[in-house]
Amino acid sequence: MEGNLNALTTIFTEFYYWVTVVFMFLIHVGFCMYEVGASRRRNHMHTLMKNIMIIPLVTVTFFFFGWWIYWAFPDFPFFGGLNHEMGNANLPWSETMGTNLQDRITGVFWAAFLLFSWTAASIVSGSVIERIRSSALWVHAVLIGSVFWIIDAAWGWHYAGWMVKYLGYHDAYASGVIHAIAGGYALGVIAVLGPRIGKFAADGTPRDIPPHNPWMLTIGIFLIYTGFWGFYAACNVPIISPESIGGQITGTTWTATNIYLAPTSLSAITFNFLMSLSGGLMAAYVVSKGDAFWTFSGGLAGIITASAGNDLYHPIQAMLIAAVGVVIVYKLHFWVERRFKIDDAVGAVAVHGYAGFVGLVISGFVLWGAPSSPFEGYAAINPIGQFLGAVIMFFGLGFLPGWLVAKAQNAAGALRVPEEIELQGLDYAEHHAYEDAKAEIIEADKAHLTAQ
Amino acid sequence: MSTIGYENWAVDLASVGAVYPFQGSEILLTILGVAFWIGWHRIQFVRESAHLEEAQKVGNKEKIKEMLEMY
Repeated sequence: MEGNLNALTTIFTEFYYWVTVVFMFLIHVGFCMYEVGASRRRNHMHTLMKNIMIIPLVTVTFFFFGWWIYWAFPDFPFFGGLNHEMGNANLPWSETMGTNLQDRITGVFWAAFLLFSWTAASIVSGSVIERIRSSALWVHAVLIGSVFWIIDAAWGWHYAGWMVKYLGYHDAYASGVIHAIAGGYALGVIAVLGPRIGKFAADGTPRDIPPHNPWMLTIGIFLIYTGFWGFYAACNVPIISPESIGGQITGTTWTATNIYLAPTSLSAITFNFLMSLSGGLMAAYVVSKGDAFWTFSGGLAGIITASAGNDLYHPIQAMLIAAVGVVIVYKLHFWVERRFKIDDAVGAVAVHGYAGFVGLVISGFVLWGAPSSPFEGYAAINPIGQFLGAVIMFFGLGFLPGWLVAKAQNAAGALRVPEEIELQGLDYAEHHAYEDAKAEIIEADKAHLTAQ
Repeated sequence: MSTIGYENWAVDLASVGAVYPFQGSEILLTILGVAFWIGWHRIQFVRESAHLEEAQKVGNKEKIKEMLEMY
């Protein structure tokens, strides 16, 4: 760090990312609460353990190869191959991937991306509750968290990604690169996994399986909102000089930028985050006729729909786009459920996947012709680029790998728990020492009462 | 002899980079780390399979009926 101004900027940026990461941890807390609230009581420990173990597994694999993929893959495989120079600086044995006084940013920036990785894996985790084998889910968690989502980040969420350069792909707060891919991946897995026992009547009519604990579910989704707000901040570069952006922005005024290094501000994205949350909640309340859980989830789906362009939209545009997206997503969820007999236990495919897809497509029209990035020669935002991007995210990097890996696991008999175990509950199957101890102490207390 | 390459901090920090112990062993550390991760999946998969097999035997009709009452 040369000079006090550079030192101040570097330390501010280091602190900024560190704070955003701590806020983003709340997303995972929220997912845990939401899933436990949604699952039936005989599956709580399994549900919780399944989601908690995503943390270490995705973290270590993201250290070993996920972070390298982000830096090495922006042009891979069609537009220049691997970027070894950028990749090598982010290999697990690189000196900057450890305690290093010359580099104060890699660790916190790595962590910001890592928290996105946990989110991608957790989105899949919610859809598959009460019937997947933990070992199967954890393989999927590593694949979505440390391979597929970070490939799509390199392609569409890196200032030099080929989708940004050639398609004009713009996805500032991750409608596609987190949500569409994770929703698509979840759909691929549950298409093979099948519905929970009892989800569909003999004539194919879907049954509602209500949440065990509505309060947990509600607090869970509010924690997700909170973490998501931190996530928005984590998607920005807080302060940067024009020279650091290759002189593409003229003048001497420093700015905050989005992930593509194009100017925006925290104020702008705060307007749009809150207005899209509001649009989503209001539309969901109306379309679901006041269903509490769909209303809460609609807030999230609204933000996700508007996220692709929330660095540029007007707040009222963000609100309206969120509202339109939520209506489409809600209708699509029930159509897919009935048509294909898909059991998405928490509606994750709809709230994340369809909302992300729809948000990308809408932004292509609303932002048509706007520069996605400050770099000269890059394609402008356009409907075709956004639509192709949505297809790549949802189907190419999401649905297809999820479906293929789940098929392989299913063929090996390693995807779903046996029927008897699903009926008696996964907690008893995997944690029966705990359940037996509980039963024994209840019996002992009853016996004590009887003896008195 | 210091494992981090520095024995005191009376140095120009502008010339200080990595300060973690045993610099130069990063590739070996990575190999050990990956082995730990893969080994974990193997152990977990084998144990879970054994658990599920055992639990299938435990799950008689009475037990299943009892658990179904617990929503």
